[in-house]
Amino acid sequence: MSMTTSVAASMPVSSEPRGAPPGAGAVAWLKTNLFATWLSTAVTLALGYVIVRIVVSFVSWAFFNAIWTVPYSPTGIAQTEVCQEIKGIGACWAVITDKYRLILFGRYPYEEQWRPLLVVLIFIGLYIVSAMRRFWRKELALIWIGALTVVGVLMWGGIFGLSEVSDDQWGGLPITLILATFGLAFGFPLAVLVALGRRSTQLPAVKMVCVVYVELIRGVPLISVLFMASVMFPLFMPAGVNIDKLLRAQIAVILFAAAYLAEVVRGGLQALPRGQSEAAEALGLSYWKKTAFITLPQALRLVIPPLVNTFIGFFKDTSLVLIIGLFDLLTMGKVALSDPPWQAFSTEVYITLGLIYIAFCYSMSRYSRKLEREFNASRQR
Amino acid sequence: MSQTEIGKPAIILDKVNKWYGPLHVLRDISLTIMEKERVVVCGPSGSGKSTMIRCINRLETHQAGHIYVDGTELTDDTRALDTIRREVGMVFQSFNLFPHLTILENCTLAPIWVRKMPKVQAEELAMTFLERVKIPEQAKKYPGQLSGGQQQRVAIARALCMQPKVMLFDEPTSALDPEMIKEVLDTMIELAGSGMTMVCVTHEMGFARQVAHRVVFMDRGEIVESGEPKQIFENPQTDRLKLFLSQILRGH
Amino acid sequence: MSDIAVDPRLASGRAAPKRALRLSWSDPRFRAIVWQIVILGFIGLVVWYLIHNTSQNLAVRHIATGFGFLDRTAGIPIGEALISYNPAESTYGRALLIGLLNTLKVSVVGIVLATILGTLIGIGRLSKNWLMARLTAFYVETIRDLPLLLQLLFWYTILQTLPAPRNAMSVGGAVYLSNRGLKMPTMDWEFAHTAALLAFAIGAVSTWIWNRQARLRQEATGIRPAVWPMAIGLLLAVPLLIWAVLGAPFQWDIPTLRGFNFQGGSNISPEYFALLLGLVTYTAGYIAEIVRSGIQAVNYGQWEAAGALGLKRGLVLRHIVLPQALRVIIPPMTSQYLNLTKNSSLAIAIGYQDLVSVTNTTLNQTGQAIEGIAVIMAVYLTISLSISLFMNWYNAHIALVER
Repeated sequence: MSMTTSVAASMPVSSEPRGAPPGAGAVAWLKTNLFATWLSTAVTLALGYVIVRIVVSFVSWAFFNAIWTVPYSPTGIAQTEVCQEIKGIGACWAVITDKYRLILFGRYPYEEQWRPLLVVLIFIGLYIVSAMRRFWRKELALIWIGALTVVGVLMWGGIFGLSEVSDDQWGGLPITLILATFGLAFGFPLAVLVALGRRSTQLPAVKMVCVVYVELIRGVPLISVLFMASVMFPLFMPAGVNIDKLLRAQIAVILFAAAYLAEVVRGGLQALPRGQSEAAEALGLSYWKKTAFITLPQALRLVIPPLVNTFIGFFKDTSLVLIIGLFDLLTMGKVALSDPPWQAFSTEVYITLGLIYIAFCYSMSRYSRKLEREFNASRQR
Repeated sequence: MSQTEIGKPAIILDKVNKWYGPLHVLRDISLTIMEKERVVVCGPSGSGKSTMIRCINRLETHQAGHIYVDGTELTDDTRALDTIRREVGMVFQSFNLFPHLTILENCTLAPIWVRKMPKVQAEELAMTFLERVKIPEQAKKYPGQLSGGQQQRVAIARALCMQPKVMLFDEPTSALDPEMIKEVLDTMIELAGSGMTMVCVTHEMGFARQVAHRVVFMDRGEIVESGEPKQIFENPQTDRLKLFLSQILRGH
Repeated sequence: MSDIAVDPRLASGRAAPKRALRLSWSDPRFRAIVWQIVILGFIGLVVWYLIHNTSQNLAVRHIATGFGFLDRTAGIPIGEALISYNPAESTYGRALLIGLLNTLKVSVVGIVLATILGTLIGIGRLSKNWLMARLTAFYVETIRDLPLLLQLLFWYTILQTLPAPRNAMSVGGAVYLSNRGLKMPTMDWEFAHTAALLAFAIGAVSTWIWNRQARLRQEATGIRPAVWPMAIGLLLAVPLLIWAVLGAPFQWDIPTLRGFNFQGGSNISPEYFALLLGLVTYTAGYIAEIVRSGIQAVNYGQWEAAGALGLKRGLVLRHIVLPQALRVIIPPMTSQYLNLTKNSSLAIAIGYQDLVSVTNTTLNQTGQAIEGIAVIMAVYLTISLSISLFMNWYNAHIALVER
């Protein structure tokens, strides 16, 4: 058995790496990630070929062979024959350049369309502000109330010198944003109450009502809730009282959102360690004080990523109001296509609508993933 | 511990190097472990000691140098790898028991599917080793029902059921509550007494003193000093080893 | 360990005293009862108010109530039906049933296809090939950022650009793809086919039994006999043999062009196909994420420990990783199945007559909105509650046993 110490102990220790790691750089990366095994190489070649072909033909259709504007007849009707001729070879983006105002803003009066444009910008600003962590204080609620009020004033008009525009003329992107955002704004407090009620051990009747509500709404398709709103709400009102269509749809979205958000909030409340609640009670806090100051703030912070994901879901679900005759972004796309000269160019319209939805949803989904990573990083010590 | 039973080389590491991207984590490691020899590897965190023993059963791959286990070289050849993994057992810091199988099933899974043992024979073998680690009555329970110390002892029994020639231990007691460390160390001491070749990464210096033929001190990816436990603990030669010993022996 | 004598805590012979309810505001139980009465009373009042208004409104508009309309003749034209339907004779009840069958037809097929596609994409996400991993990630992200309705309209429009039946694309002169749907030949079913099917069923059972025998043999001796040769024989060779012996009938009803459309064969309508495509591609995106995170949820240490024991990759997957991954995968997966079923209600936007679409027509014709919507909700609630019950049973059944 050797009694000597290692030779290395007597040599001066060098702290530089001895020799570079084998195969650093681009070639090594290609080798490990794309061509590691025979199967991997085959997959890379097959996929690469397919992707290149699709991209090349798409780019030539969408850009090189595309037509961006068409001439108009003296009576203002678009002459789309030139588009028809290149159908399948080149895109007819002229449908967008001709109809973009209709698609984005609906039948809102032409000269007043700066108002829905401003509304869209306010919504985007509201989302951005809510996303930044330094605004996560009580003042955020005030900002929301302020922004939503301004939105209402701008769309309705009637005061401050703005002409009145009734809501059956609203349409397009503002409707999508209004339905989703007001749905979240009103649905969220309701969801918190329902989630607390569902976890209540003292009031079994309240718990049962909350359970029935959540399971009922989550078990049926959104379409049926929208139908219920659009068809049954008028029957619920006393004779003579009329709720307009937008309000009916908005209430349906709020009820629907609250049920799904309630489950997310409940998940957060359950994930909170019981010790938090016990410590608060030991300090003498009543139920409502404990909930408001200790459990809710922590639970909500835990579930912000799933909350954002649920909001992305509503944002997309607002497109269903097409079926009850409300004019959101998707519906206006279809309306634009019902104009005879443009009937054949639905692909171009749908692609444009898709890009708008992707712009909103992708940014929200990236934000939620970033949040999740930050939360996980801070929890690992 | 008897020192006269050392046989031929069981594990040979010859100028082994490994990089994680630009970080050179193992630098020209050369180490030979003989049959029936017991080696303890110690060092500060980040020294590469876990990486080194994980290279021995190819849970990590080395990029330069050679590793020989029981005469077979460790390469990308899957046949060689299968042979080596059958003869090398490993005990992990986080136990890694299979939570959906009972203790007995955890122990018999590999003998049945890898050594093709009949089920009855595998179960008898498993019970022998469970008795050896002193928890035969837990055989029908699930890992979630056992304490940390019990789970680690099951992990040792599970590795022994494959009847390996070498046992590797990667910080086996670091995840345990203090009152459970002793039961696991006692099991390992008993295993040592039976003549098993052991390579153990640990901070438990009392265990090293009692059981190890050799202690190897690693720091920043290289072997700095190695020798008999008495020599290493009472007569450290390098400053780095002196610093390390002062840090871990403080308060003992 | 407890000794042989019974634990005195279990058999003390005394029970906990009950506390009487004090009718005072400081007793929390009394407060709870009062609050519940107040809240329920408030809800009851609102409900009564709504019902009162509703019955008044219905009376004013001369709308009937009750489900009597289910027995009246419908007169609704229905494009595709799994059971016989005659608009002149069949009742509303039958029309609704057909709608329900159409919903199930697209949901069941959709669930199967979405699971297959989603699992493949999910596994592709974990591939070591960078191109495959990025491509599948791109697919999942894009699908989840677009509304399902938009995707359905897009698929439907694409299918509408298919040529008219006169210029239909054909495969082998038997399968025709046009804007009226996919027409396929159907085989005339003979006794020989029934016999072969029976042989297949018997073969499946026998294979299962043989599999069990193989496992028992392995437990006894350690060697597992190969199952697949026998399986091929029982499932493939024997049924084919029986079919051949009985005369090998193979008559096809091939669609032929008559006038503006094809006669004969079976048809997959563009509405059904578009709905199926949209639902499958959309739900597969969500299922892919579930499968991926399920496999990643299995602690890497499990792979390492199993590998360190000498188990090969296939065995590790089968015995260690998949059982644990499935526990994590199955709950959200069933909720996606439920979503797919609910999303099939978007059929109304592209003209496929599922339950919601038929009910909508019914309630427009009869004016009985409440009954119609009640039917829709009742059906979907039944489906979703059954799936919930199954989920709860499954979770309790496979839960990992812990202290």
